[in-house]
Amino acid sequence: MRTLKFILNGDEIEIGVHDRETLLEVLRHRLGMTGTKQGCDQGECGSCTVLLDGQPVLSCLTLALRVENRQVTTIEGLAEGGKLHPIQTAFQEAGAVQCGFCTPGMVLTAKALLDRNPHPCREDIKEALAGNLCRCTGYKKIVEAVERAAAKGMEETDAQG
Amino acid sequence: MPRDNTYHCIGRGMPRTDSLAKVTGTAQFTADIPAHRCLVGKILRSPHAHARILSIDTRKAVTLPGVKAVVTGADAPVKYGILPVSQDEYPLAVEKVRFIGDEVAAVAAVDEVTALRALELIDVRYEVLPAILDPHEALVREDVKIHERAAEANIERRVHLVFGDLDQGFAAADYIREDRFFKDASSHAFLEPHSALAQYHDGKLTLWSSTQVPHYVHRSLSKVLGIPMEKVRVIKPALGGGFGGKGEPLPLEFAASLLAVKTGQPVRITHSREEVFLTHRGRHPMEMTLKTGVKKDGTITAVQFSSLLDGGAYGSYGVVTMIYSGQLLTAPYRVPAYAFDSARVFTNKPPCGAQRGHGGVQPRFAFEVHLDRIAADLGIDSLEIRRCNAIDPGTITVNELRITSCAFKACLDRVAETVDWKNRRGKLPYGKGVGLAGGFYVSGAAYPIYANPMPHSQVQIRVDRDGGVTVYSGASDIGQGSDTLLMMITAETLGISEQSVRVVSADTETTPVDLGSYSSRVTFMAGNACCQAAREIRDRLLGACAKKLERNHEDLMLRGGFLFENGKSEPLMTFAESSVLAEASGVALCALGSYRPPELAGSYKMGGVGPSPAYSFGAQAAEVEVDTETGEIKVLKIHCAHDLGFALNPLTASGQAEGAVAMGFGETVLEHHGFLPGGRHNGPNFLDYKLPTCLDVPEIEVTLVESIDPAGPYGAKEIGEGSLHPSLPAIVNAIHDAIGCWLHDLPLTPEQVLAALAQKEENP
Repeated sequence: MRTLKFILNGDEIEIGVHDRETLLEVLRHRLGMTGTKQGCDQGECGSCTVLLDGQPVLSCLTLALRVENRQVTTIEGLAEGGKLHPIQTAFQEAGAVQCGFCTPGMVLTAKALLDRNPHPCREDIKEALAGNLCRCTGYKKIVEAVERAAAKGMEETDAQG
Repeated sequence: MPRDNTYHCIGRGMPRTDSLAKVTGTAQFTADIPAHRCLVGKILRSPHAHARILSIDTRKAVTLPGVKAVVTGADAPVKYGILPVSQDEYPLAVEKVRFIGDEVAAVAAVDEVTALRALELIDVRYEVLPAILDPHEALVREDVKIHERAAEANIERRVHLVFGDLDQGFAAADYIREDRFFKDASSHAFLEPHSALAQYHDGKLTLWSSTQVPHYVHRSLSKVLGIPMEKVRVIKPALGGGFGGKGEPLPLEFAASLLAVKTGQPVRITHSREEVFLTHRGRHPMEMTLKTGVKKDGTITAVQFSSLLDGGAYGSYGVVTMIYSGQLLTAPYRVPAYAFDSARVFTNKPPCGAQRGHGGVQPRFAFEVHLDRIAADLGIDSLEIRRCNAIDPGTITVNELRITSCAFKACLDRVAETVDWKNRRGKLPYGKGVGLAGGFYVSGAAYPIYANPMPHSQVQIRVDRDGGVTVYSGASDIGQGSDTLLMMITAETLGISEQSVRVVSADTETTPVDLGSYSSRVTFMAGNACCQAAREIRDRLLGACAKKLERNHEDLMLRGGFLFENGKSEPLMTFAESSVLAEASGVALCALGSYRPPELAGSYKMGGVGPSPAYSFGAQAAEVEVDTETGEIKVLKIHCAHDLGFALNPLTASGQAEGAVAMGFGETVLEHHGFLPGGRHNGPNFLDYKLPTCLDVPEIEVTLVESIDPAGPYGAKEIGEGSLHPSLPAIVNAIHDAIGCWLHDLPLTPEQVLAALAQKEENP
């Protein structure tokens, strides 16, 4: 058991963890952050995706101790001050959510993409989301939601500019 | 029937009610529900495909520190099964195990590591028995009995039905063709692994479970645990996809319950991804033959079908799958004479059950490819042969299915138009092709799984004192959006904003019975029950207001959250005020609606499986590209047109079709749920079981075709399952257009394509 310090959704966390514990286990079982889903525990489905210093990682394959002094963002931390992130709104409006189990991982993966590339083409989006499985939607409305969020981001940039 | 365009709520795309919780991570799935002092449950599984259990010694496991309880088959030796004719499962194995992964014992411990360690300490002695893995062997092998209840060899059940004059039908044919097809197993592969959380308190059991069928789980728990139904409560929390794989009571639900009763602490069992595959109840491998007679112009005169279903180790839904496989071939084309022979056998593999499009998917693939071959033999266009045989609305099929609304021809025409059939079929360069297929499916089964005269769905609606409305329904929203649909129907019928409506669902203690989310029944049945309850509330409210305001009931209406006098633009009062007025005059604003289908059974044995109060119809066209060097198949686009009666919520309806097409695509070219020679699964994970990613799925274009069903809620029928059926054969038919090879075995592999090309070269 060692003490792990990291920043979770902007909050400082200090918690004792075992060497073998994954970030997913710590988030779900110790911290009650169940928005991060366990779909396969083998790094194959992407449901457990969280952002580590802004980059999408599979929390089921990430040892908790690896996030020492780093920033972790989960789905619970995406809406700021009660205001939904445009990707979250876009997922709702585009009908990109069905059962919703893959949604947290999809939304976070999409956020990392748009942070890196605010104007992705359809192929960029598909490439970015290829590690996140969805069985309900056939991905069509998910890709459309990311496009919608990107377009919205562009509108906002235009308005500010 | 014509479409009514005056609706204020239904008919336009609306984001689902639970989407906010799902995009913010607050939606609680079963594995997410906090439970104080919760124990972790784990299941010990059989390492043998077929073995007799000689003894189970749990002493070491029980004494391991941290272990709170161990249960085995002896704790609940009561048989159950989703079908009354197939009560052949125990919560945990009794006497025998029948597949690798069969449940033998379960432990509850303070944490996962301890629970897993305890499983290792359970000493089970087995006498290994010969295993049957091949369905043909199962048909004849008398010396090995997987279940004693199989009267002949390992055949669970046979069906043989003849409709019309088959001999005359074939005699009238100008051309007869026979083909054989095979469709291998596929799995639901929902993203949320099964999870069950049980709590036993003051003699009462509560189970939160990832189930599509809380009512059947409720009944089965009561039976197996010997606890009266009023002392059992089943709740379905947010559910991460089902597709049929959570559509029946499952061992983990019983095991968690037994452990909770034994320990007095909450116990949660969540399957690993491996366990999801090992215990899958997915699509049956099905071997099929077809013989069809046609006139020179392509008119069908007779069809003969046979199917052999590899059922795996237990009954599950299999008898229904078997009957459906034959019953669902008499539409969407006119078949004047028809016969089918089917058998379902037991093998020592995981039980197969219901998967999206249940029973009809494999035969539809076979028939649509068979029909294309007939068209090719006769030199008739694939679209033409379908159009000339397409059934019309108001038809009774040869096996007595009552077809009411039907827009099949419109679906065919639509996809022919969007794929540009006229200019592209047979005219694309070698390696590229387009193909077509049709299909149809039930909007719910006309008969419940266990025979009873009660409604299939009940919905209760209550008006709160501020004018808010709560809908109570037993229907399980498994991601398809049924809660949203009930909200929209209620808002529409009561003339109020959907924001005033709240839906409470799938809790056997607080919501009236709905049979569950299977056989595409929820929109039609819960939707109708909801309409009825909402109309009752509306009528009571208008009646009370009319009396109080001294007006005629018919002169009043509810719209936009207000009470109006017909023809007047100024409202009389708000909906909330009108409800106060009604309640003050002694009218209870609480009403129950129910739905039970009419009597539709065919006049023959097993004529209860197949009939539905309404059928959906659909057609799809696929565009493919085949690499003739590597055998790789690329599906570029699938055009889907689906007659869903009326699109109550086009956003969720099109989402259902897109998901179904993607699943159909996956099981045609990617997904293989196979077994190694000893009966071990060949890859129970997402690396080996290739679920389509967003880079794999073709472009999907969905057209919602409306036919306004006379008995559907506002004219609606199903879409979520029927829209899978045509995907498989449309792709296979397009491949023939691309490379001139007919492929009869699914899933397709590049090796198969190359072998077919080589064979074509040898025998052009």
